[in-house]
Amino acid sequence: MAEAIVITSGKGGVGKTTTTANLGTSLALLDKKVCLMDTDIGLRNLDVVMGLENRIIFDIIDVAKGKCKLKQALIKDKRFDYLYLLPAAQTSDKNDLSPEAMIEMISELKKEFDYIIIDCPAGIEQGYKNAVAGADQAIVVTTPEKSSVRDADRIIGLLEQEELEPAKLVINRIRNHMMKNGDMLTIDEIIQILSIDLLGIVADDDEVIKASNHGEPIAFQPNTKASISYRNIARRILGESVPLQSFEEEQGMLTKMKKFFGMRN
Amino acid sequence: MIKNQYVTIKGTRDGLTLNLDDTCSFQQLLNELDKTLSQDDIDVEQSMITVKVKLGNRYLHSDQEEQLRTLIRQKNKLVVQDIESNVITKEQAMRWKEESDMRIITKTVRSGQVIEITGDLLLIGDVNPGGTVKATGNIFVMGNLRGIAHAGYKGNQDAVIMASYMHPVQLRIATLYSRSPDYESDGVYMECGYVDQSGKIIIDRLQVVAKKRPELNGFERSVLNG
Ligand SMILES: Nc1ncnc2c1ncn2[C@@H]1O[C@H](COP(=O)(O)OP(=O)(O)O)[C@@H](O)[C@H]1O
Ligand SMILES: [Mg+2]
Repeated sequence: MAEAIVITSGKGGVGKTTTTANLGTSLALLDKKVCLMDTDIGLRNLDVVMGLENRIIFDIIDVAKGKCKLKQALIKDKRFDYLYLLPAAQTSDKNDLSPEAMIEMISELKKEFDYIIIDCPAGIEQGYKNAVAGADQAIVVTTPEKSSVRDADRIIGLLEQEELEPAKLVINRIRNHMMKNGDMLTIDEIIQILSIDLLGIVADDDEVIKASNHGEPIAFQPNTKASISYRNIARRILGESVPLQSFEEEQGMLTKMKKFFGMRN
Repeated sequence: MIKNQYVTIKGTRDGLTLNLDDTCSFQQLLNELDKTLSQDDIDVEQSMITVKVKLGNRYLHSDQEEQLRTLIRQKNKLVVQDIESNVITKEQAMRWKEESDMRIITKTVRSGQVIEITGDLLLIGDVNPGGTVKATGNIFVMGNLRGIAHAGYKGNQDAVIMASYMHPVQLRIATLYSRSPDYESDGVYMECGYVDQSGKIIIDRLQVVAKKRPELNGFERSVLNG
């Protein structure tokens, strides 16, 4: 059965697009048939991160308005056997896309693909509603900052009202030294507040930015911390139980020790 | 003249108690009350007398109640302190039940969410930063209180807020509120917020608050409050 997964966060700039691109890449590397959908109308950039910008002819709004067939708007990523992108429109109005149109497109894509990964715009308005409309599952992305966690909590509350499986969490841009010094929320603290399952954590890594700028998601690279993190997330989505990486564990140990010594009291 | 005795007057230390018959018509009652109160000559030197009205098993609509008050008020030196009836409407009874009920809610109250209930709230779950719980009665959180809790929000200052882990952004009781300190601080376990004699919200250990609010024990509290 095909699955549609929406990547969302509430707050902007926390890594939704980066997660979408890398998750899609990782799933495709695991021989899954993947379609990425960019629903951030007016601020599209999934195509840039994937390095596919120059191939766009039709976009998601053209499909929604019936100006072209869904297949015509799909862009194939040549680096894989089966990775496609349905790009967002850059110039249209958000209101040209509707939840109904999303549901229709997704059900058509499901006939063809194993995974449909939906990149959600920031905010909780129409764009968010469109993005979650056809999804079966949601992944909430947050960074270890209070404001980001607050918005993630808000989004999880909204997602609970939809008929989705319980949302899963990705904590992005972790900086070990800041967590150690207590300058950032720890993973334990974040999970305690959000109380949803942790799907994975990703370190803050300049390589991620470099890779995105080259239109090659970091997950292509075999050995950076971040690429391993994204691949592990993909494997966990497929149902494998993948333990946290050593650097991830280190983080986990640290927080547990802190509790053990009763720093709270 | 036939003395109907629909109205019996009793003098007490605190004033007068008017026992009104509950089998005659309301009009009969008013007529006799008018006569009875006019007959009694009242000493002009006397100070104001407070009157308690007991209606027995009679129910008065608010306009009837107003009529009764006006009639008594027109008589020299009389002020109605209280009108008491043995009966209430179904609606009032429902509301009363609601206000004295404990609602149990199992949920994480997340940022942007508001839970508002009549009566006491027992929340099994956390109140996250940005989340709000409101109750006309007490609030008990079996979980982490990190957002806003507003107990007695329709004006009950006796209401209390209890949490397994207390680290709120704000506590509000009736019209009072207190906020967390501006510096980073840790929360406290098993504590309770209440309004002390000076009219400030205080957070103290459960045992201490239990002594200050004995009415938290048992169902009688709702009967008393009603
Ligand atoms: N793990 C990471 N390490 C370093 N930079 C990151 C990481 N994840 C995202 N970024 C950078 O953060 C910025 C915002 O990410 P993006 O995915 O566009 O966020 P969103 O789609 O939520 O607005 C981008 O410049 C991106 O390269
Ligand atoms: Mg984005």
